[in-house]
Amino acid sequence: MTAHIDLWWLPRAFILGLLAFIIFGPLTNLLLWTVAEKWYFPHMLPLEYGFTFWQRVFSPRGNAMASLMTSIIVATLTVIVSLALAIPAGYALSRLKLPFRGLILLAFLIPQAFPNLPVYVNIARFFYEIGLNGTIAGVVMVHVTHGLVYAVWIATAAFSAVDIDLEEAARSIGAGPLRAFRDVTLPLAAPGLMASAIFVFLESLDEFTGSYFVGAPVVNTLPLLLYTAGSGGNYQIASITALLLLVPSIGFMLVVERFLRADVLSKVGH
Amino acid sequence: MQTRFLALLLVLPALIMIVLFFILPLFASILGAFEVGDSFGLGNFSKSFDLYSKDMIFTVVIVSISTVLIGLLSIAIGGYLTLGENPRSVAILRWLYRWPMFIPFIVVGQVLRTFLAKNGLMNNILVSLGILTPLQTTGFLDWRGIVIAFVWKQTPFVTLLVAGAMASLDRSTIEAARNLGASRLRILIEIVVPQISGTLLVGLILSFVTMMSVLSVPLMINAQSPTMLTADIAFRINAHGDYGVANALGVISLLLTAGVALIYLRQTMKDRL
Repeated sequence: MTAHIDLWWLPRAFILGLLAFIIFGPLTNLLLWTVAEKWYFPHMLPLEYGFTFWQRVFSPRGNAMASLMTSIIVATLTVIVSLALAIPAGYALSRLKLPFRGLILLAFLIPQAFPNLPVYVNIARFFYEIGLNGTIAGVVMVHVTHGLVYAVWIATAAFSAVDIDLEEAARSIGAGPLRAFRDVTLPLAAPGLMASAIFVFLESLDEFTGSYFVGAPVVNTLPLLLYTAGSGGNYQIASITALLLLVPSIGFMLVVERFLRADVLSKVGH
Repeated sequence: MQTRFLALLLVLPALIMIVLFFILPLFASILGAFEVGDSFGLGNFSKSFDLYSKDMIFTVVIVSISTVLIGLLSIAIGGYLTLGENPRSVAILRWLYRWPMFIPFIVVGQVLRTFLAKNGLMNNILVSLGILTPLQTTGFLDWRGIVIAFVWKQTPFVTLLVAGAMASLDRSTIEAARNLGASRLRILIEIVVPQISGTLLVGLILSFVTMMSVLSVPLMINAQSPTMLTADIAFRINAHGDYGVANALGVISLLLTAGVALIYLRQTMKDRL
């Protein structure tokens, strides 16, 4: 092998570097804003760094802690309701004979397949009449409807990936249908269900449009706080809130493959 | 027969949620669009066209440009992941491209608003590198900012689908073409892309619909006129309590999406049957 100089590394490195800048430049900018005490044009970097704004955000009087709590309560309730609906539905869709199975699966996609803004506007109007507007329950309902496609589709795939022979073996040695489900199928499908729970949790945590119409200003979730802080020109508070929303999303991206194994992933939507 | 009944019973609660909290309000919005005072008519639509026809064109143009860019970028990235011959670059790219995927739109709006502004970090860097002078800087917080935000956020999602489909292609035709001396670009365009066009289409349509309904990005990056229909709908409700025009605008954006959604439905039905 003679020395072979591959000059292609140059454009390759350039393009990868550019891509890295496009992706991480804005994110670095966000991090800088969270610790910038003083920053104005034309200085490339902040003039003073500090954590004054963090103290303000996390002080007992600050409304960020309240928003964080609201967001976590809403997201947790959304996960509980979604799974309570999706586990039976997913089991039926994967194991039992169901007329119009393909159409039913598609029906859960409807909330993602139409622009949902006009829908939220009318839900807000309807909720206002029955007193659900500005309540946690109302926001949870909206989030459940939106996240149900992930919950049902991933739960269906998770149950499909469990070997049906194991369930039948449990039945043949005398376990009832509920017992076989609880002791065999459910534990084996658990990683997939966990993935769908995380998906729904993040969807709820990040949801803006529905909360904006149904929840605001009473139910003040983190995205709403971010929006009000940002439009008030308070970029530090907005950036700290954005960071709080960012961390779980990025963390999930890094571990998603551990929960969503290929055998489950290949069955999503089938 | 009994298990069928049981199966329906298990699915029903979830379906009821969809009907009650999505399909019914959807019909209410369509009905509301034709409600003028106590009677029905097209008044809301003529008012919508008078006030917002510019924004309708603006919306369609922005979402279309973004969709095309997302498609091209996802083919380029997916293609390199599949056909790239430098394992290290492929690994770096695979690690790199996904980052924006799970970042919520509202965060994307905030992040890019500070990054792309006239005195944002991007211009500051260009100025301190000597590429621009402070007088030459321009902010990108107009239609370009919205397109950048959409492409930045949606490309990883479509790429994930496209790269997955490309990875499961039969490698033998690719190797055969490679042995016959075809360039990688030609293999990508003539062999790989035609075989994954279904997946690409599904990804692009889902992105199209998502972009049509995102409210936070236009509100945060470019809320002045011309803006996107989503921002107009929010404005009609919050400033005027005008459900008629808001619903009419909703129906218009629904119709714009419906054409695209039809293609999607045909595609999935074809795959399923």
